[in-house]
Amino acid sequence: MEKFKTISSRAIPLAIENIDTDQIIPARFLKSTDKEGFGEHLFKDWRHHRNGSINSDFVLNSPIFSGSILVAGTNFGCGSSREHAAWALCDYGFKVVISSFFADIFKGNALNNGLLPVQVSEEYLKYLFQKINENSDTKIIVDLKKQTIAIENSDLQETFDIDPYKKTCLMNGYDDIDYLLTKLPNIKEFETNKLRFA
Amino acid sequence: MKKTLFDKVWDAHVVESIENGPQVFYIDKHLIHEVTSPQAFNELEKRGIPILRPKQIVATADHNTPTIEQHLPIKDELSKKQLEQLSINCKKNNITLYELGHKYNGIIHVIAPELGITQPGMTMVCGDSHTSTHGAFGAIAFGIGTSQVAQVFASQYLLLTKPKKLRITVNGKLKAGVLSKDVILYIISKLGTNSGTGYFCEYAGTVFENMSMEGRMTVCNMSIEMGARGGMIAPDEKTFEYIKGREFAPQGKEFDQKVAYWKTLVTDEDALFDKEHYFDAADIEPMITYGTNPGMGIKISDYIPDIQNNSFKKSLNYMNLKAGESLINKPINYVFIGSCTNSRIEDFRVAADYVKGKQKADNVIAWLVPGSKKVESQIYEEGLNTIFENAGFTLRQPGCSACLAMNDDKIPQNEYCVSTSNRNFEGRQGQGARTILASPLVAAATAVAGRIVDISKSLN
Ligand code: SF4
Repeated sequence: MEKFKTISSRAIPLAIENIDTDQIIPARFLKSTDKEGFGEHLFKDWRHHRNGSINSDFVLNSPIFSGSILVAGTNFGCGSSREHAAWALCDYGFKVVISSFFADIFKGNALNNGLLPVQVSEEYLKYLFQKINENSDTKIIVDLKKQTIAIENSDLQETFDIDPYKKTCLMNGYDDIDYLLTKLPNIKEFETNKLRFA
Repeated sequence: MKKTLFDKVWDAHVVESIENGPQVFYIDKHLIHEVTSPQAFNELEKRGIPILRPKQIVATADHNTPTIEQHLPIKDELSKKQLEQLSINCKKNNITLYELGHKYNGIIHVIAPELGITQPGMTMVCGDSHTSTHGAFGAIAFGIGTSQVAQVFASQYLLLTKPKKLRITVNGKLKAGVLSKDVILYIISKLGTNSGTGYFCEYAGTVFENMSMEGRMTVCNMSIEMGARGGMIAPDEKTFEYIKGREFAPQGKEFDQKVAYWKTLVTDEDALFDKEHYFDAADIEPMITYGTNPGMGIKISDYIPDIQNNSFKKSLNYMNLKAGESLINKPINYVFIGSCTNSRIEDFRVAADYVKGKQKADNVIAWLVPGSKKVESQIYEEGLNTIFENAGFTLRQPGCSACLAMNDDKIPQNEYCVSTSNRNFEGRQGQGARTILASPLVAAATAVAGRIVDISKSLN
């Protein structure tokens, strides 16, 4: 995994609540047996009309907005556990997703793929939407080391939480498996010694 | 310290706690299927890491399988490839696979309990959010992503922070026609789709005590729809009786020993929860959803609320419904009885009981998709197939089917489907399809009437 650096980018505002992973990547695209190419199908049914033509009203198709930060309504990533949702967001080019609330499994999946979920307050989220909509060139600065999010030319800044272990992984580009393997002796001991009924 | 059921099972599986970090959490059983496992197998193969405990893994093909002519080669090339990949991966790694056509094949969350694989006190994971189903037995069971599937393959544990604890208590007697599905739809409609996020939920109270194991599975299955990682119900005599004698259940003396342990898996009196909710069974009625998340539910005879919020409006717009509207008498052309929420024998018994001697409405296409080969055989053994066939219903072969429409079982664009599945998300049952979640009884009644009817009235 790549090391996570401070991100300073324009952002795409997707002001919809409860965006489920079926919208992020519809089930019919889950037949692939590898991780590549899901970006093409990201938000497929929102990006396209039913007849297959481009839906120019959808913000991802708008020429006004671009960037590697997605700002979304509350409860982002609910529903299915499909990691394909995180793969699709990464493949499309997103490095950060900002929302006021994330579903558990999605949050874990994102972190395991170097995509940073940044949880902000409801007020800050509103403010972000407002700023980006006023000026689509507005840059958002996400500093993982300091755990801060800021808006260019604005004093308003927030801190965000992240599991310290996951933070270390992201900053250094580690993934879990290497670490997990170091504990195998403890696992084997646990299996033999503990009187376990399950 | 007083412990909850969740604490007892969780704490027994903590190998160690890392200072200022997560816990090393041991996994007893790992369930896999064709959609979320291939990338995990690839990952390990690429790095030359072996699967640590293949015997603790059980695999099935369910998401992508056809539900007709299962004996024939699969037509869809991509589906075929994905299923073949699962077979190759399982063979290579000595993993038990109940592939298409096997007598134990079916939806992973239906087969593991019915084969006695799911047991109280276990920790179970699967690359599937509805793994919460297995909590009905007093197991800690939850969905994981594919990276975590690879982690469990490699190490048989996960690095986790212990979730917070939530308890939902429902006491009293359920009204006639109110099923376990209505109970959980009611709870989610009251609490919202993210009320459980960060929590593991225990369901307690007389309503769950009196519920069958099938009903408990329906409830725990939908825990994820309020955001909870999982749901649990304390095991009791009903649980032990259900497990006894099943294929992979402990036998003889070992069974008795386990039961002695399983009996300790109850929440201590005065144990503390981070959050508690209480409901009265008398307030629950047959439920139905009108929107595009499972929290958007109402009593079947109620009116769609009016909420001034763009996401809410977008949702109603997708469903082509209006605030203030009633769903009663809404014409419906598709009915789906199936999915890991409601595809067990009890669900088909309820439906058959209602349908017996009646006819499906002409406008309706009604698909009945059993959760497993076993449920399918039971349907035939009990003669329910004749009831359904006489009524004009189509009985298909087991699989996830129209629950997520990965195979050909898709609801056409703009059509409504009254479905016993768990998700009414946009496009879940097919592009542009509009899903209305309900119990098997409401689904059966809809199929007969060709429109949504107030089931509570016709029962009284
Ligand atoms: S039946 Fe539906 S919810 Fe259940 S495992 Fe299959 S796709 Fe998922």
